[in-house]
Amino acid sequence: MKIKSVTDLVAKKKVGLQKILPGKPRIAVGLATCGIAVGGDRVYERLKEIIDKDRLDITLTKVGCIGYCKEEPLVNITIPGKPLVILHKVDESDAEEIIRSVQNGGVPYDRALCQVPAWDHVTGCVMDYGKGFDRIPLYDNIPFFQHQKKVILRDAGLINPEDIDEYIAIGGYFSAIKALTGMDPDSIIEEVEKSGLRGRGGAGFPTGLKWRITRDVKADKKYIICNADEGDPGAYMNRNEMESDPHMLIEGMIIGAFAMGAAEGLIYIRAEYPLAIKRLTLAIEQAREYGLLGKDIFSTGFLFDIRIATGAGAFVCGESTALVASIEGRTGRPHPRPPRLTDIGGGLFGYPTDLNNVETWCNIPVIISNGSGWYATIGARGNTGTKVFSLVGKVDRVGLVEVPLGTTLSTIVSDIGNGGANNRKVKAVQTGGPSGGCIPFRLFDTPVDFESLNKAGSIMGSGGIVVMDEDTDMVDIARYFINFATGESCGKCVPCREGLKHALLLLNRIMAKKGTKQDLETLALLSDTIVATSLCGLGQTAPNPVLTTLAYFRDEYDALVKP
Amino acid sequence: MDEKTLDIIISRYEAPAGRLLGIMGEIQNQEGYIPRETLEILSVKLEVPLSQLYGLATFYSFFSLKPVGDHVITVCMGTACHVKGAVKILKALEEMLGIKSEASEDGKFSITTEDKKFTLEIARCFGACSMAPVLRVDGNLYGYATPENLPGILAEYGWERHEN
Repeated sequence: MKIKSVTDLVAKKKVGLQKILPGKPRIAVGLATCGIAVGGDRVYERLKEIIDKDRLDITLTKVGCIGYCKEEPLVNITIPGKPLVILHKVDESDAEEIIRSVQNGGVPYDRALCQVPAWDHVTGCVMDYGKGFDRIPLYDNIPFFQHQKKVILRDAGLINPEDIDEYIAIGGYFSAIKALTGMDPDSIIEEVEKSGLRGRGGAGFPTGLKWRITRDVKADKKYIICNADEGDPGAYMNRNEMESDPHMLIEGMIIGAFAMGAAEGLIYIRAEYPLAIKRLTLAIEQAREYGLLGKDIFSTGFLFDIRIATGAGAFVCGESTALVASIEGRTGRPHPRPPRLTDIGGGLFGYPTDLNNVETWCNIPVIISNGSGWYATIGARGNTGTKVFSLVGKVDRVGLVEVPLGTTLSTIVSDIGNGGANNRKVKAVQTGGPSGGCIPFRLFDTPVDFESLNKAGSIMGSGGIVVMDEDTDMVDIARYFINFATGESCGKCVPCREGLKHALLLLNRIMAKKGTKQDLETLALLSDTIVATSLCGLGQTAPNPVLTTLAYFRDEYDALVKP
Repeated sequence: MDEKTLDIIISRYEAPAGRLLGIMGEIQNQEGYIPRETLEILSVKLEVPLSQLYGLATFYSFFSLKPVGDHVITVCMGTACHVKGAVKILKALEEMLGIKSEASEDGKFSITTEDKKFTLEIARCFGACSMAPVLRVDGNLYGYATPENLPGILAEYGWERHEN
């Protein structure tokens, strides 16, 4: 059935709500990539076996990941009239106990992490589950969750990402219909501009402005692309956004395509994410089936479709011109800008192209549904909205963390992450992947926004926060990143290709305790030169890990070199 | 890969965007590497110079031109894995498989045991950082790896310790 009107969408919403609150117990297993890897699929299979064998009147379903990776596998239980209960560290041997408890109207208390009496899906749907289970702590009182604000991850871990009806149930695609039938392209772009949304891929370019530039170019054809080539090691926000809530991304792209006048969209996704590819492919098929992609969307005459293009393992392809080359079937080597992607002759196959990160697109539906005014109240001045971070490394509570921009590093690492793992002292964090830098513990009152991180010598990047503790060797970290960047350099320009190689040789010598003070000076000078003269962002930022560790952890270098 | 399978793969990619990498990715997934003959046939069918396809196969780390072993072990070398001891995991695997790390001809890390049972590779990041260090064997991810639990994981794939 094609959805043509709000009435059609409301009808689907009812179908979806019936799936989320089926009037009987529902057990949902968190099955994103990491949930599966730690045994979530075995839990699911065992539960299915028991339910099928005894033909029990229980709904079993898959959901994505709520982000508390340390506690996985996670299982949600909803019993009519009772709060949703999140179980943690579940394994297949718990399955019988879970079923037994559920049949008696309860949950296994010793596996309960927290309860959710009501959940605001932000896009106009508050799910009222119910009250009870007083012994189980509230979601809002769990330290990992209480400092977070879920806007992008509002549905993750709660709805079935493989079922479009559940996305519609919590308010999905209502923003798309509002935009396409009730707004003109200019007013959509104005909303995005007023929201203050900045690109979530790392550079922080104002999204509305990029859209306006793309819209204003006169061309027969335009493309929009989603950059899902999440290449920063230590970052996996985008993977979870696509695995847990793929329709949010698709809806954002539909709105963007309408605003910019594009008929074709592409999602460039890395080959290392097979589950995200599978779920996105399925989501696109479902959206086509409902007429949300294809011809004459919502009877407006608007035509738009999305295709997936897979990457093949090249970090540099996150750079815009290299990404386009890769989609065109060429090696991913950047070219100087201008021409920019948005220029005639600069984009995909020469057509003006708008490129935004997964999380940027994911912000669009909520801006349209709740308005730019609402959005701009979240976060800090000039840095509005929330950002999802992957908090990993030597931190106690690893996981995906969503906080308003401007939240301090200390809140993220100490309050949400509970400091170092195994009671070790935290020494630094590394943000922004190979393009970022290391920020020492004494600067943890730094607010996490684009400008403050730059001032500290690092960058926001796509959102990876890797925690280092007192046992971490910072020179080794610098060497690790330079080794990474050397391997991923496309080889086109000399500063990056040769400069990084020599930086690596210097670091190797220093780590082998054969270096001198002069080598440190040379390393600093070489780094500055690479930053100043490289062709693209990869080379221009690759020395940041060296420069920041030299600035903040000079003693560790000094201890390794001869005078 | 026989021509019919290749034709089916090609038929899935009508539009030019994402076509070449998509097709080569599927060949890589099905065969475990990209055989030279397949690349030659592909070149004729798509009217793309073999040199361009070769360029892609060597530029992108996902592609391999050499056959791999029965089981492919990939160690994640992402930042979270690195700080949690990925290098130790790689060294332990090299020791277990009796192989020595060295850069291959095209600069990629990929070594196959003499009996062609296992291939050891590295990856930049699987994005499964919460359970670092991570390795993948034939598409299955294993988190919280330690040198001690590796023998148990590899035993699932028919690995046995050889006493020297």
